[in-house]
Amino acid sequence: MEGDDIIEVRDLEHLFGDFAAVRGISFTVRRGEIFSFLGPNGAGKSTTINVLTTLLPLQKGRVHVAGYDVAREAGEVRKAIGIVFQDDVLDRDLTVQETMEFHGRLYSIPREERRAQIDDLLRVVELESKRDERTKNLSGGMKRRLQIARGLMTRPEVLFLDEPTQGLDPQTRMRIWEYIRQVNGAGTTIFLTTHYMEEADILSDRIGIIDHGRIVVTGTPAELKNALGEDVVYLETEDDRRVRDALSGIEEIRSVTDSTRGLSIAISADGSQCIPKIIDAVRSAGIGISSVNLKKPTMDDVFVHYTGRELRDTGA
Amino acid sequence: MAWEFLTVYWREMIRFVRFRAQLFSSLLQPALWMAFFGVAMSSNLDRFASAIPAPAGVIPLDYLTFMAAGVIAMTTLFTSLFGGMSLLFDKNWGLMREMLASPMPRTHIMFGVSLSGMTKSFIQVSIIMAFGLLLGVQFFPGYSATRIALSILGIFAFVAAFSLGFLLFSSAISMRLESPEGLQGIMTLLTLPLFFVSNALYPIQAFPPLLQALSVYNPLTHLVNGIRYFALGSDFFAVGAHYTSTTADVLGSFAYLAVFAAVMYLLARWTFEKAVVT
Ligand SMILES: Nc1ncnc2c1ncn2[C@@H]1O[C@H](COP(=O)(O)OP(=O)(O)OP(=O)(O)O)[C@@H](O)[C@H]1O
Ligand SMILES: [Mg+2]
Repeated sequence: MEGDDIIEVRDLEHLFGDFAAVRGISFTVRRGEIFSFLGPNGAGKSTTINVLTTLLPLQKGRVHVAGYDVAREAGEVRKAIGIVFQDDVLDRDLTVQETMEFHGRLYSIPREERRAQIDDLLRVVELESKRDERTKNLSGGMKRRLQIARGLMTRPEVLFLDEPTQGLDPQTRMRIWEYIRQVNGAGTTIFLTTHYMEEADILSDRIGIIDHGRIVVTGTPAELKNALGEDVVYLETEDDRRVRDALSGIEEIRSVTDSTRGLSIAISADGSQCIPKIIDAVRSAGIGISSVNLKKPTMDDVFVHYTGRELRDTGA
Repeated sequence: MAWEFLTVYWREMIRFVRFRAQLFSSLLQPALWMAFFGVAMSSNLDRFASAIPAPAGVIPLDYLTFMAAGVIAMTTLFTSLFGGMSLLFDKNWGLMREMLASPMPRTHIMFGVSLSGMTKSFIQVSIIMAFGLLLGVQFFPGYSATRIALSILGIFAFVAAFSLGFLLFSSAISMRLESPEGLQGIMTLLTLPLFFVSNALYPIQAFPPLLQALSVYNPLTHLVNGIRYFALGSDFFAVGAHYTSTTADVLGSFAYLAVFAAVMYLLARWTFEKAVVT
């Protein structure tokens, strides 16, 4: 309901010239949750964030953030939000310390609190030793960490994180996740975008899968994974069409979809135990198998699965 | 809440001192202009001008002194016109988004940038005045210490009003442009008429009537009037022309600059409110 939804998006569309980057999406984010947009390059994730954070004008649809209309109350929206941008946007000639200072002052954080926050956050992202270094001399990962530290400084009502851990090493990524959770625990709603299934899975309360400017499905990580099946078997054969019939008797199989090469078969149980059954079924139908491969679900699988279903629904 | 523009100002000044090349060229350029152009032109012009005698009781001033006010004005013009450039870089490098998405009122971006542009002009003006005195510029002839102090304040007030107008203009243009080259082009195009259709380097009295009429609308003319009034007095003779001005003239010039700044403020505010940056 109204009171619980901190972000409300109705029929949002956004065009760049003739090109529709966002094509009529609707979703809500509940106060206090971590919501992820999961989608491939060019899906419209950053464009959506830019509209929600008032950096792009609202063209079509209705968007409320923290109870304010982004079109009519942009100033109020800006007071309620924080953002970590996807690309590196650091002033090359400021030091790490100055970069944080500047941001804290933009948000009118009182001096004492600002200093404490800076110390705290630089420790989390392990940039204390780089405090007086100009940002142009930081490594790519350090720049990323600095920007995250900066975004976390303001403790806003809603924090937008556009692919926050892109290009980070696994340890740093895990520490950042930890910190995002901590910020969330202190009451900040998090809206993040990511390519990484794992990230969305581990962090989010709910995930929206977005492709070509449309939300394909929204749900909790568990819901999405259950719908997908736990494991996926990739199968390449002489005749994919007949394989579908041959597999119809195996009850652990949730769905069979075409993938780039061969078929992807979603399994509701342990895939490794299901492979022998699949091979038997296909062999006994007299079809030659050229390759079998087992994979745990990834972003690609989830994606193929949902876009596949959508195509079938709207297509034929 | 209303002081965030000081944050933008702080960052602009850090950049100013950190970009060594920019810092030194901005300090050196007006001094060079004085040293070469001023000294070369004065030896020529003073020779011609001496043919026209000053009216009785009016102080004759040499060309170097006359043009020093023009150099102050010109330097202020250049610095202000290019003052918005840093916004263009901010925009192109994506840095502007941090400010645009923050709760800081957007007008503070231009206030911060303008204040820093003004500070740079003050520094430059001080250098020109100090260097000019070394070269023999006869500013503040026979003034008491108090009057000198007040005159310097007056000059700064004029420089402030003038540079504010052009800084806001430059900021607004920068927000609409894509490239620094574009800004450079527009500003160079503007500089020439502004500079030459003014009384900065020579008396307007000798202009054709049309240019004379136009120069009255040129903010640079009013800045130069103000500087000369405070630096040289209300009654002097230079480059073959007799200059007199009343307090009302000077207040009129100041009012003109203030109105110019106000109009530019409205233009810039409108531009910033609807700024879109991705
Ligand atoms: N300023 C712009 N002008 C024209 N087209 C744009 C602009 N910004 C984005 N687009 C286009 O809109 C589409 C969506 O872009 P967007 O940046 O939202 O994708 P994304 O989901 O964030 O992708 P990524 O994962 O690569 O960051 C892309 O096709 C992109 O080319
Ligand atoms: Mg993006």
